[in-house]
Parts: sequence; structure tokens; C-alpha cells
Amino acid sequence: MDYITINNKNVPITGEEKNLLEVIKKVGIEIPTFCYHSELSVYGACRMCLVEDDKGNLMTACSTKPRPGMKINTHSAKVIKIRKTIIELLLANYHQDCTTCGKSGHCKLQSLANSLGVDKIRFKPRKEYEELDRSSLAIVRNPNKCILCGDCVRMCSEVQGIGALGFVHRGPKVSVAPALEKNIADVECVNCGQCVAVCPTGAIIVNDNTQDVWEALNNPEKVVIAQIAPAVRVSIGEEFGVPEGENSLYKSVAALKLMGFDKVFDTAFTADLTVVEETYEFLERLEKGERLPQFTSCCPGWVTYAEKNCPDLLPNLSSCKSPQQMFGSLAKKYYAKELGITPDKLVVVSIMPCTAKKFEAKREEFKTNGEYDVDFVLTTVELARMIKEMGINFNELEPESLDMPFGFFTGAGVIFASSGGVAEAALRLAAEKITGTTFDAIDFYDVRGLKGIKEAAITIGETTVKVAVVSGLGNAQKIIEKVRKNEVQYDLIEVMACPGGCVGGGGQPVPNDMETRKKRAEAIYKIDATMPLKKSQDNPAIVEIYRKWLDQPNSEKAHHALHTNYIHRKRISGMEISDETTENIKKLEVSICVGTNCYLKGSYDLMQKLIALAEEKNMTELLEFKGTFCMENCAHGPSVKIGIDNHKYGVQKDEAEVFFNDVIIPKIKSLNKTTSV
Amino acid sequence: MSKMVTKCDDKVIKNPKTPCLNFVHYALGLKELQGKEKENADYLLEVYRKRPKEGCTLVYLCKGTSCLSSGEATLKDKFDEILEKENLTGKVQIMETGCRGFCEMGPLVEIFPAKIFYCQVKPEDVERIVKETILEGKIIDDLLFEGLADPDEIPFYKKQVRRVLENSGLIDAENINEAVANNAYKGLQKALELRPEDVINEVKKSGLRGRGGGGFPTGRKWEITRANKSDVKYLICNADEGDPGAFMDRSILESDPHKLIEGMIIAAYAIGANYGYVYVRAEYPLAVQRLTLAIQQAKQAGLLGKNILNSGFDFDLEIVQGAGAFVCGEETALIASIEGKRGMPSVKPPYPAQKGLFGKPTNVNNVETFANVPLILRNGADWFKEVGTENSTGTKIFALTGKVKHTGLVEVPMGITIREIVFDIGGGMPEGKEFKAVQTGGPSGGCIPAEYLDLPIDYESLKGIGAMMGSGGLVVLDNETCMVNFAKFFLTFTQEESCGKCIPCREGTKRMLEILERITKGQGELEDINRLETLATVIKSTSACGLGMSAPNPVLSTLKYFKEEYLAHIEDKKCPAGSCKYFISYHILPTCRGCTLCARVCPVNAISGERKQVHVIDQDKCIKCGQCYEKCPWNCIAKG
Amino acid sequence: MTTKRIDLTPIKNFFAEHPGLKRNNLIMILQKVQELYGYLPEEVIDFISEEIKVPKAKIYGVATFYSQFRLEPQGKYVINICNGTACHVKGAPSLVDEVEGILGIKSGQTTPDGLFTLETVNCIGACGLAPAVVINDKIYGKVTPEKIAELVNQLKAGEK
Repeated sequence: MDYITINNKNVPITGEEKNLLEVIKKVGIEIPTFCYHSELSVYGACRMCLVEDDKGNLMTACSTKPRPGMKINTHSAKVIKIRKTIIELLLANYHQDCTTCGKSGHCKLQSLANSLGVDKIRFKPRKEYEELDRSSLAIVRNPNKCILCGDCVRMCSEVQGIGALGFVHRGPKVSVAPALEKNIADVECVNCGQCVAVCPTGAIIVNDNTQDVWEALNNPEKVVIAQIAPAVRVSIGEEFGVPEGENSLYKSVAALKLMGFDKVFDTAFTADLTVVEETYEFLERLEKGERLPQFTSCCPGWVTYAEKNCPDLLPNLSSCKSPQQMFGSLAKKYYAKELGITPDKLVVVSIMPCTAKKFEAKREEFKTNGEYDVDFVLTTVELARMIKEMGINFNELEPESLDMPFGFFTGAGVIFASSGGVAEAALRLAAEKITGTTFDAIDFYDVRGLKGIKEAAITIGETTVKVAVVSGLGNAQKIIEKVRKNEVQYDLIEVMACPGGCVGGGGQPVPNDMETRKKRAEAIYKIDATMPLKKSQDNPAIVEIYRKWLDQPNSEKAHHALHTNYIHRKRISGMEISDETTENIKKLEVSICVGTNCYLKGSYDLMQKLIALAEEKNMTELLEFKGTFCMENCAHGPSVKIGIDNHKYGVQKDEAEVFFNDVIIPKIKSLNKTTSV
Repeated sequence: MSKMVTKCDDKVIKNPKTPCLNFVHYALGLKELQGKEKENADYLLEVYRKRPKEGCTLVYLCKGTSCLSSGEATLKDKFDEILEKENLTGKVQIMETGCRGFCEMGPLVEIFPAKIFYCQVKPEDVERIVKETILEGKIIDDLLFEGLADPDEIPFYKKQVRRVLENSGLIDAENINEAVANNAYKGLQKALELRPEDVINEVKKSGLRGRGGGGFPTGRKWEITRANKSDVKYLICNADEGDPGAFMDRSILESDPHKLIEGMIIAAYAIGANYGYVYVRAEYPLAVQRLTLAIQQAKQAGLLGKNILNSGFDFDLEIVQGAGAFVCGEETALIASIEGKRGMPSVKPPYPAQKGLFGKPTNVNNVETFANVPLILRNGADWFKEVGTENSTGTKIFALTGKVKHTGLVEVPMGITIREIVFDIGGGMPEGKEFKAVQTGGPSGGCIPAEYLDLPIDYESLKGIGAMMGSGGLVVLDNETCMVNFAKFFLTFTQEESCGKCIPCREGTKRMLEILERITKGQGELEDINRLETLATVIKSTSACGLGMSAPNPVLSTLKYFKEEYLAHIEDKKCPAGSCKYFISYHILPTCRGCTLCARVCPVNAISGERKQVHVIDQDKCIKCGQCYEKCPWNCIAKG
Repeated sequence: MTTKRIDLTPIKNFFAEHPGLKRNNLIMILQKVQELYGYLPEEVIDFISEEIKVPKAKIYGVATFYSQFRLEPQGKYVINICNGTACHVKGAPSLVDEVEGILGIKSGQTTPDGLFTLETVNCIGACGLAPAVVINDKIYGKVTPEKIAELVNQLKAGEK
């Protein structure tokens, strides 16, 4: 048995431990860290986790592997002084408004400064106050609170594969910013909020909409209804000291009612509806063998990612709206009438674990008669804040039940909260439709669990449905590459932007690490296991909705209310590409040799001249200039080839204009079979 | 064959821009070219033209960056012109060489085989040199250094032991043939006959230590990298040379690039690497140009690439240019830079020897370290140890700069005293100035005061007095240098160049700089000394890389030896060296003749007085620019 | 701030001539871009991002880390007006005003035609010549607003 000594205590080590931090945890001590995150690469920048060995050497506990025989002191006088000095240096620059900061109570800097007893800051602030970045609907960036730990950079880059944030400048001017220091909403950000999940301070927080909701609640002319997402019920308790994984749904209903919501419904209901619509859509595609694989579309982070990065796959996305939007659509289009009010008097508030939902709710295509289907989105942490604002003692509340008709849901709707849930719910319906009989073995364990990429081939009767379940956008990109190269065959692919699924959304309480997400997911499946109804098609309220309003799945009414289409958002320097291709005009390819010989004879200048001529004559749309390798026509160079013709022209640079007029223009005309340009 | 050669010869001479490749390579007697180096044709042609021919008088013009900026190109043109006029073009050959080291006295001209050394040569001297020295064999006294014609007798060169610099200034750095004629690649031949482990042992035996400043035993470093098994390993040469005032590596690259290449091939063979990078700072265009050329020529000669000298060993070399970041001299930051990332140092462990470039075992060494290696293999470890001290064997190249008579590049045996370098080689202090200290190690180093003038220089002795060897920058300071301001200068540099990753360096050095700025502006408090020392301790022990860990050194070292200067600034509100502007005041002495010149140059109209009356400076308006002091022709203005 | 559309042909040709450029060639690529365009235009950064599959934020991070790279084009004539104490007292601010008026840009900006960049610098050490102005490495001393107007207009005329 190998040992290391920590604070004079012998601790056995297996050799599998990643670093000293893990071993020290076994002794019951949590070394303070800022830039360390167990799911991201080691950065080693904050120096808070330094520990001292018996020879007086200092080492960072996050990056040092334990070796047998090491003798470590985690809290020597030297180390304590260092930690205090580092916090002092950080605080000297920090914009401290803890009393009004949205992260107060959850901030690592605040709690460490407190616990380390840093009471004196000997330095004056050295940086100018920077404006907050409020461009995004989902998150707010406050550079004045950034401690440059780099967690958000690494999360966005390593796990999500996007890299919307990066370090810029050097030395004392270093900061974290989007490309070219633009606003976050103007770059590749998809609003997933995973940066919020890892930020130790208030530098990136969820965009706060609580004031909007208070206003609506206090407006006597409005009827305010809420929908609670599945993931919220197993997480909101964490804000009130409830152990992870307890179902706080009915206490939440009670709280919402106290706050003034007229009706409280469940998004799991419309999740059931989504299952029906999407599975019918999927089975039709499966039969016809077209537009496969089908990608799910309930995750707005994924949808925005697809729009920005893989518009070629947009036809494969399910045309179904997300459960949140289906709810809002039904509410404004049908439910308002049932309540006897006009849609503008109805306020729909959704409680979500997700920051991207705030962006989704404000999409222009999700409106009814000019009104947004979903008016406001509150994340789990915002709801918790509102409950605290009202002084409600959450733990003392008596549970209350949801309202009808949108409060009835099955296990299939609830499992949407976890990665694999949508796929499993869809399979539960697909199995029955394919076999034509009721099906009882409806637990598809293969798609459960927190692994980033899960695959399953489910055989139902004579059909095998190949399913992939992906969470984390970095993993999504891997699968997309394989699909594009035809390396894999899937029929259905569920994509969730957040690792582990919605239980790990950007709006969830912190800590929001994989351990916590695992516990929340386990709670979700426990709820599913204990529900009397586990298949969406069995939900009587759903059956009623079709009878009353929508006729049948994928009907025209269903399409109008519950389906959508997507937008190419691939940006180049802030300009959106129109998807109208100018295919009617053929471009003439002009190749100019830039091999050494021709280069020395001025081929590059020639090319520049020809390009300038094209601009002058407004013909840039008709021409494509290319520099090529040696055409082996050295003696007569500079050499030029046109189109696929093999003939090599020898053109001196002062012959550019003549060549353009006499050779290039006629070629353009003949290519486009026209006599005019 | 000869018919083809004649036909090609004709083509080449008539149209040098399009030489037939085959001809050039036959003329040079080189290996068969592989076909795609069309762009190298021009270079090879130049090489062919520049070979030193038998029986010629050779005129060596130092074309190091220093001499180049002092007008070497004009000299060359002048020589070409006069030689043509005198019909000597075939009998006298102008050879442009790399840095000869005696930068203070450039431009330098040396004549061989007579071995006459002329310094501070101007274009108007060229005619005399050609007519009197070359044609008549007469020595021109006013072009000599203190009457000495033989460079080996000149004090600047006499005490030097030029091993690494043996060829510098004496061969054409743009012609591989000259390097080979001067023993280049003989060490490689010997190395390839040994097993890699034996090569490592020889280097270990020699006692060579890293010349970049770390002083880590080179042989041991190679051994560790060799021991890490991997399919791919990398060798990197750190030619970033960021220390302001250091130009050892630049000189080696400009004057004898093949020493570096040879050293790298030997090292790669020893550790088992097949690909190498030379990371050169962007601000060294001439060095990059000469090294690129040297690599090309080595490739043509089969000294780089596949199956080097038929040994079965493959090795290829690529130059990567820096983009302006001092921190990239730190090995993990350098590696990050080659990987196309921000040059931020990474966490160690893992060390580059285990996981370096692209995640593979990598060995990083400094230019001078590599340049020593061919000598060790060629002459043996015992020969290497003949010079130097027991723990610091061999020689060290220093860039001698600052307030000393003769600045330049010197190579001295380890164990030489500072006094010998400054006073014998460097010629001592200029008229009227007193020696105060030398600074070694640039922004990471410390100062060595007069009491240690007789300290023999080696790694341990310098560490023992709180200084360090550094990469070779040696700045001489005199009594007019304010040590507080000097420390502030280095800290300003380090602050700007800090990568910004870790808190102690980014924030801590900023706060130290703030304190120093206050002290030099007369706002220092006694408590500041404590504050500086506390901050320095934290920054030194907790920074993530060498830049941060050594940033406080100049402050700590000046505090150690020149505390009284700090106290003078803080308590007496005086700058003893008379350098800090804030403390300087200018007074017009009673001897003033009223010429009004000072009043006219004063930019703020602070001086008043009638013609022929003693003038007065209004101290409130005075901004201490010193223009009046410079302008007064009668020395009537006192500075104090 | 130039509003000219950036021609991507030079950089496209560079990529065509060097197939297989990867992430680790980024610094070399940026150095080439600066050589071709004089600075790093946003459109070129976008293009490179697509080619070597590196997020734009990372490319920007590299560009701002190293001193060599410029993200703004510099004018053909860089006008540096010294604002050290002596020059300041002797009227540097009025020189700045004058140039700002003639060129229509603020200090730190470049004219849209790409001809002039106006900057203020801290003491260049030529206090005896205050106020001092440096235009493309040439130092002018004792400059008055009339004199600087003359200099700038001369340069402008020379460009026609």
C-alpha cells in the first residue's frame, strides 16, 4: 500500500488519483481553487491551490500527481500568507458590489475572501470600469468581475467545441472577450449558458427577467400562467438546502401560486405532445426513407448551433417546436379563448433550467397575432430568487397540485430533462406504432446515462431503429462529421447542447457539475418509474387536445400551431448570407501562374491588374481569379489559363487590359451564352 | 558531359536568373538534387560565385547587424569601385562575414593573409587601404586600434577564448563551403560513429550546462528526453533572445549558423528526434535570412534530411519566427507559440521532456548551448574541460554593454573575474566615470557591486551572491546610474511582457512597479521597502513560470546592495546618482554671464533675466528637461 | 477606419499555394496576412477561421498577444504629436486640434482614404524642440498650428 502524508496524516493512494486535490479531499479538506475545474483541462493560473512539502517546495495541488512518500502541508504559514495575498491582489481590481450582485451567496471569490479573513486591501483599483455586455438575451457579461480563471473559455472551447470566448491581449491588459471584442450576441454564441455554469464569480450570469415577471404579476389586467420544465423540479430544492434529487414540483406550484400566478401548468404535458408529433413525423420519414437521420429540435442551443454552423442539416431537423413553444402556442391560440380573454391579456411565463430558452422565446416566428407565444422565461435560479424576494419559506410550504388541462403528464414527458429522455420517450411511442400492439417493456436503458455519446440499435418487431444520443455540442460536432462522411447510419439523433441534458442547463443552481447532474438525472428516472402512465400516447389530456383543437397528429392545424422552420444564420463578418444562389450566372475561372519564374516576371502584378479591371468594369461576380502552381510555360510567362481550356497564354503585365478586353470578356460571353455582360 | 557543362555554363552566364539546376550542382560538387528546389537556384548560384579563390588577397568586412548599421554596405560599394578602378577585381576578394564582436569600433576591416585589423573604417579610408595596404603592404597607423595590427594582441581579443566564436567574423556565413573548410560537421561525423548513449555520455562528461541562463547540465537533460519512449520526439532551439541588451545568439546565427545546425543534428541524434525547430525572434531579419540559407545549403549537401552522411539517421529542421513576445523565451510558452497559440507557459509537470511540442517528448536548448556541442564531439570532453572551473566548464559568451569603453561581443573562460572582463577586455570605465556595478541576466537577473569585482564568474558563485549568469547580457553601470530607476526600468519591461495568466505575476509586479514609481517621484514611504520585499517573496515563490519568478530579482538585488539609494530617495528625497528627474533641480550659478541662451531654449519660459545679468530659474515652472543645462556654453548651470 | 471592401484573393492564393495549413501554422499565417494587407482585417480573420478550423476568438486572442500584429490599418503617414510635459505646455493640444480639424478624424484614428493616422505620444525626448511632431520617423520641431497645417496639406497635395 502506497502512502502520502498530508498534514501529518498518512493517506493511502491507489495511483489512479488525478492530482493532489483529490487525495487531500479524502482527508476532508477542500483546498481553495479558482481556475481548476475537474471536467476541464488544468490551467494552473490562480496559484491558490499551492501546498508546501517538507523541503519547503511549493507545488500546485491541481496539477501535481501524488507520489508515494510525499509529505504535504496544506495550510502552512507560508501557504496561508500566499493565498491571502493573492485574494488581496484580486480584490484590488475587482468591482465589489456583493450586496447587489446576482451571484452573491454563490460566488467563490466572496466565500474565499471571507473564509480566509482578508480584511485589508492595500492597493487601489488599477483598471477603468468597463461597460457590461448586455447584448445577449440569455447571459450578461461583466468584465469588471472577471478573475481571468479561464473556465468559461475552456468550457466553451473544449466541451462545447465552439470557442466563442477567448483570452485577449497580454499582461495587465488581459481580459476574456468574444472575437474582436464584439458583443457576445454578435458572434458564434448559441446561448447554452455552460459558461455561466462554470464561472466562479459574477462575471457571467444569467440575464435577469424577474422584474418583468413581477410587473406582469402585479398587473390586474393580465392573466399570468406558468409552465414548469421537468428539470426544474429536481433542482430548485438545492437553492433551499433540500438534498439533491428531491422532487420539489408541488412545493414550487404552491410558491408560484403565492406569488400570484393564476394557473400553474407543466411543460411535461407539452413534452408528451412533442413526443406524439415528432414520432409521427419520424415514422413517416422512416417509411419513406427520406430526410434521415432525423435530429431532435427541442433544444434551442442545438437549433441555433445548427443554424449557425451546419445549415446543410437543417432539412433533417424535426420541424416540431420545443415543448416550451408548443405550450405557448396552444396557450395563445386556443387557451386564451377558453379563458374568455384575448391573447394579449394572457402572459405565459416558463420556468426553465435553460438560458437558451430566453432566446427561443423571442424568435420572431414564435408569435400569435403579433404577441410572443412565450412572454418571459425564468431560469431555476431566477425563480428561487423571486421566492426569496417574497420572503417565502420554501421548505414550510404545503404542496399544491398543478392546474388542468395542461398539468397532466406521463413519465415519457418528464424524462425530457435528462439526456436520452427524448429518444426514449419517442421510442416508447414508436414501438407501439411499429408493432401495432401495446408494449410494456418500455425502459430503453441503452440511451440513459451521462455519457456524451450513446448509441443504441433498438429492434422493434421487424424494424431496427438506430438511435444516437448526444449531449454537449463538442460531441454533436463529432457525430455530425461522421454523418456527413457517411461513416455512420442513424435514424434518429437526439442532441442536447448541455452535457447530461437539461438537468445541466445554464440556468440551474450552482454547483452545476457532472456529479450534481447525475443526481438530478437519477431523480428524474425515479419519478418516471413511479408514474402510473409512462407513454405519451396514453395521456388522456393529450388525446383531448387533439379532439378539441388539433384533429390528429401532423394535421394541418397541428402543423400551424406546433411546427416551425429554420433560418440560415451562418455569418461572415456580421453579414448574413442569403440562401438565394446565383446559379444562373456562370463564373469564368482565370488561373495565373505564380511559380517562381512567372512571379519574377510579374505574374502577381498581372493578377492584381486583372482583378482591378474586373472591379472597374463591375464584373467581379462573373470572374474567379486563382493563383496556381508552375504551369511549366516559363519561357513565355507570365502564364494564364482560362477555364478548363489547357491553352496557356503568355501575358505581360502591361498587356493586362488588352488581354482582359480581347480574351477574357469574349470567354465570359460564350460561357454564359450571351452577347452582353 | 563536358559538352553539356559548356552549354550550360554559357546559359548561366548569359542569363543568371534562369540557371539550369544540374549545372550549378555539378559545379559545386554536391549531392543529386531531388528536383523541386527551383527557387534555390538563385541562392546556389550566388554561393558558387562567392567561393574564396586561391591566391587572392582577402578583405573581410564585418557584416554583423552593428557594422551593417554603421555603414558596411557603403564600404563594400566603395571597395568594389576602387578595386575595379585599380584593376584588382580578380586578385582581391571582398568577403562579407558575420559579427566579429568588436561592435564599438566598427565598421571593421581585416586583411588576409597579412592579418591586419582596421577599425572605425570610413568610406574615404578605402582608397588608402587599397593603395597602401593591399598594393604596397604598408600598415595605416590611424586605422589601427591603439597601434596594434594583429587582432590577437588587441586587449579586447587577447583575454578572450574564442571557441564557439572561432569562425565568427572570419568566414562568409552565407557559404557552407567556408564553414566546412573550417571544420564544420566534423563533430557530426564523429557523433554518428558513436551510439546515441555514448554521445550523451561525452556531453555529460564535458560538464556543459545550459547557456540560456538555467545552467542545467545539458547531457542530463538529453538523457531524460532520450529515456521517454515515443514514436516521435522533437528538438527545439530557443533563439528568442528576449533580454534587452543581449545579442549573443544573434551573432552566432549571423556569423556561423552551421555551428548551430551541426549542434542540433548531434543533439537530435542523441535524443532520438527526427524533426527540429529553431524559434527565432521576428526582430532578427538578418539572422533569419542567414540561417535559412544555411539550412538550405546543408540540405543540398545531404547534411539534413534523410540518411544523413549515410548513417541511417533522418533529421529535418524548420525555422519558426516569433511575433514579439519576451515570454516566449520560456520553454513551454515557446512550445505554445510553435503550436500557433498564445505564448502562455503551461503547467509543469509534465515537463517538455515528457510531454512537449504536440504532446511529444521535446528537448529545448539555447543557441549557445547547441553551438558548443560540435566542439565537444570534435575535440573531446577533456579538451572542453581544460577551460573553465570545476562546476562550470568551458566558455561563456557575453554581450558587454553599458558604460564601458569597449562594448561588443566577448567569449571568455568560465572563472574569469568581472574585473578582467570590464577593465581588461572592455577597456575600463570612460573618462571621469566610476564603476558602480554590473548587471547580468537582464530583467531576470541581479546586479554585482564593486566589492565582487574579483569574483570568478561561474554559475554557483553568482548564485551565491544573489545574482545569476543569465543568457549573457552584461551591462556595466557607473556612478551616474540610479539603481532604483534601473530596477524600475526592468520591472516596467517585465510588466509589459508578462503573459497575464497567473495572478502573482500579472497583479503583483504591477503593484511593485507602482511602489517604485512613487519612490522615484519623491512619494516613497519607509514602509515601501517592506512592501516591496513581501510582494517580491510571494511573486518569486508562486509565479507559474520563470518570468514571474525572476521578475522581482532586479529589485531584490538592488535592495540588497544599494539600499542606501532607496533610503535616500525615500527619506532624504534625493537621488544620489543625479538621475531621477523628480529630484533633479537646476540652478544658475552666480558666474552666469547673462547670454540669455538658456532662457531662449526653455520650453516653459521658466528662466528670467536681463541681458548681461545673472539669470534665474523659476523652480515651480521648471519641468527639468535639462535643455538649459545642455545649452549653456559657460557651465554656469548646476545640476543637483 | 477604412470602409473599403477587403479583397480576399491574396490570402486565398496563399492558402492555395500552401495546401495543408493547420492550426499550428496560425502565427506564420497571420504574419503573411500582415505582410499582404498591412494589418489583420476582420474578413481575413473570418476566412482563416474557416480554413484552419480555429474559432475566431482564438485567432483574435493570438493576434492581440503578440506585439507584431496590428488590427487596424495604419495610414501611409503616421503623425505622432508629442504630448510630453514640455510640448504640452508649449501648445501640443492646439496642434492636435488643428490636425483633427483638417483630417476629420480624432487622435488614434486613421482617415478613411488610408492616408493619415493621428496619434499622440508621451515624451520623445526632444524637449528643446517643443512642441515636437514626428511624421514617419522625421522629427519636426517648434511646430505651430500653421506649420502643421502646411505640412499636412502638403502631404495631401502630394497624394493627388
